[in-house]
Amino acid sequence: MKSYWKIVTGVVLCALAAAGTGCGRKRATITCAGSTAFQPFAEKLAEELMAKRNDIAITVQGGGSAVGVQSALSGAAQIGMADLVNLPPEAKALTSVVVARDGIAMVVHPSNPVGNLTTEQVRGIFNGAIRNWKDIGGKDAPITVVSREAGSGTRTSFEQIVTGIHLTKDAVVQDSNGTIRETVANDANAVGYLTHGVINEKVKAVTVDGKDCTMEAIMAGAYKLVRPVFFLTKGAPDGVAKDFIVHVLSAEGQAIIKKNGLIPAK
Amino acid sequence: MKFNREKGVERLLLLVALSAIASLALIAVFILKEGIPFMLKVGPGNFLLSSDWQPDAGKFGIYPMIVASLWVTLGAMLIGAPLGVAGAIFLNEFVPRSVMRIIKPTIELLAGIPSVVFGFIGVVVLAPLIRSHLGGPGLSVLAGSVVLGIMVLPTVISISTDAISAVPNTYREGALALGATRWQAVHMVVLKAARSGIVASIILAMGRAVGETMAVIMVAGNAVKVPHSALDSVRTLTANIALEMGYATGMHRQALFATGVVLLVVIMILNSIATAAVRRPIGGKGNTKK
Amino acid sequence: MRIPPKYTQMFAVTLLAGATLVTLAVLLFIIVFVLQKGLPVMSVKFLFTNPQEMGRAGGIFPTLVGSVLLPLLAILIAMPLGIGTAVYLTEYTRETWVTKVIRFGTDCLAGIPSIIFGLFGFIFFVVMLGMGWSLMSGGLTLAIMILPTIIRTSEEAIRAVPHSFREVSFSLGATRWETVMKVVLPNALPGIVTGLMLGIGRCISETAAVIFTAGSSLRLPQSGFDSVRTMAVHFYILAREGLSNENAYGTAAVLIIAVLLTNLVAYWLMHRFIARRTK
Repeated sequence: MKSYWKIVTGVVLCALAAAGTGCGRKRATITCAGSTAFQPFAEKLAEELMAKRNDIAITVQGGGSAVGVQSALSGAAQIGMADLVNLPPEAKALTSVVVARDGIAMVVHPSNPVGNLTTEQVRGIFNGAIRNWKDIGGKDAPITVVSREAGSGTRTSFEQIVTGIHLTKDAVVQDSNGTIRETVANDANAVGYLTHGVINEKVKAVTVDGKDCTMEAIMAGAYKLVRPVFFLTKGAPDGVAKDFIVHVLSAEGQAIIKKNGLIPAK
Repeated sequence: MKFNREKGVERLLLLVALSAIASLALIAVFILKEGIPFMLKVGPGNFLLSSDWQPDAGKFGIYPMIVASLWVTLGAMLIGAPLGVAGAIFLNEFVPRSVMRIIKPTIELLAGIPSVVFGFIGVVVLAPLIRSHLGGPGLSVLAGSVVLGIMVLPTVISISTDAISAVPNTYREGALALGATRWQAVHMVVLKAARSGIVASIILAMGRAVGETMAVIMVAGNAVKVPHSALDSVRTLTANIALEMGYATGMHRQALFATGVVLLVVIMILNSIATAAVRRPIGGKGNTKK
Repeated sequence: MRIPPKYTQMFAVTLLAGATLVTLAVLLFIIVFVLQKGLPVMSVKFLFTNPQEMGRAGGIFPTLVGSVLLPLLAILIAMPLGIGTAVYLTEYTRETWVTKVIRFGTDCLAGIPSIIFGLFGFIFFVVMLGMGWSLMSGGLTLAIMILPTIIRTSEEAIRAVPHSFREVSFSLGATRWETVMKVVLPNALPGIVTGLMLGIGRCISETAAVIFTAGSSLRLPQSGFDSVRTMAVHFYILAREGLSNENAYGTAAVLIIAVLLTNLVAYWLMHRFIARRTK
């Protein structure tokens, strides 16, 4: 009786092994991994491209810009997404293409009376020097600083543009833009930074040095917290990777990017 | 011919056993190979006692994470152990068998709820409560402890119940015959006999609490600092690994493996204590467990 | 003044009852909370349509597939390896220091946090072996993760079979293998099945190790090397990023019901086998 089950197991294992080597429909697949800020856009664009063409498959993973750089280098992903102001030294070995630009917004809870932060104030808050909202014109309440993890492109760019930040040890750390938004939305005393593309009515974006984080302000060069979104490949992109990059840079691709809150590459 | 088949089967099983053991050894060796040279290079003192965690600058002190794991786990046990053991005693000794036979499986069912669900409820229900009534960011040691404490309850109850029900009825009957009340029989005789099993359940639950990742990432705040109060935001050893493993390379990656080694050692110690505790049953183990 | 034992008993029992009620209340609250928000969302359509807008709308079908395929793969690998090892260790070897070391090793590995398996799986399968984020990486990692538990529970179950059973079988002329297959294993089945169910339950609920090895792709997997998203991962992503609280609760409801069903099946199987054995 038991031997019957062993046979069944053997058969199923073989079937799985066969499936494992991909004797299904032949498809060229690539993996695109990295920036959580650009991930929703990459997923949408990938969906569109796959709807048009049956013979390719594009998988999008997150993890943060550092994961993007590392997986492009290690080959775990064919395209690494990184939204960094300056690419790290190890990324010099990769070919990079700018596919979009992204504004980093400073957000607070909608009930927070503070509407503007100067660069100095931002630096002070994230350094831990300014600890109470009343020191910058708000309520008498301790500031909950919310930040991304160290490998985040959003965080690295933020810290590189607003120089002199040594993140306070008290900062709450979350691992994606969406989570930062949810955390700030749930805490009346929180302040965080996230990609402009993820803002909704749950949080309020404050002006930085009097400038709004809008597409117009960014394209006019007035808003400072901006970084490019890179697609990184090992060597010149080819095959599906190239097609995907071409699609993202195409007029419709850029239109989708613009429609959903990010800035086109040009 | 039968003998040949026997030999063949024995060889096959040996192969199977070796493969299984090899794969388990692989992971153990891998972790140790990446983690131990790192610890030696950086110095165990520096690694374990420094509060400076800045991988970019080559600083790998995990002391804040160790303290965080300690506080959160102890807090979890302060909640989970008394409630769990009390529940186990009550279900075993003061509740009719028919009721117990419904409630125990229900509680064990609850052990299967994914940790992310607990974590989410912690974020949505618990953290705001803590923030509005006690202050702080809400995402804190306290939140982590409460969520973990609830998560280990089924483990504590389940294993403690097994230990208590394994105490032979003759013990209880003897005590009652001497004029003791039920409660006296329980706390003077039964609990003492089941003590090693109950201790084992708590230790095992502790091991699970130390190893929990998702729920703590969601609910404890992940700040890299040594907590001064239960309302502070903290990052446990497991959360640290999860937050950074996607992109860590070189020494940073080895540091994460070294953190894994620390966790391994802690759990090994806990497991050994639990096994040693169970191996000293007072008066025999009685009948089977399940 | 000594308080009469009758009163200490009343006091103690009240405390104990209170503790038990608190425990039950909290655990039931969690289930009710999730089911109350999630059941309205659950429907055949929810289960079998594809997600849209990264999960903000639509159903969860690919994640359902992922949650079935990944544990299945893990069990298919771990079951023969685990049970075979347990059989070999108990039936074919004597108790030497080697077996003691092996047992200690498996016990330790059974307690390792799952994030470490995730770390190992990510570095070894995804990066070093180049398997990428895939079903295979995830399945192999999960298999290694549940292997110690399966070995341990199977071993305990096999050892619990009384020696007299084996002796009778031998005295009737059966070989060791025949004894194992026809006498020992059938009697050890309830315990072994419990171990398997524990393993499956753990695979279904596992999140950290899965994200880092199987990835989080929302597409239906076409081959063993495609990335999949399980329901646990899907719930995590939806809930944390606030993409859709409704769908998050719906996914959680499905998860809880799946775990409940797995456990119920385990109990039913156990009772059926125990009944069969004592007939």
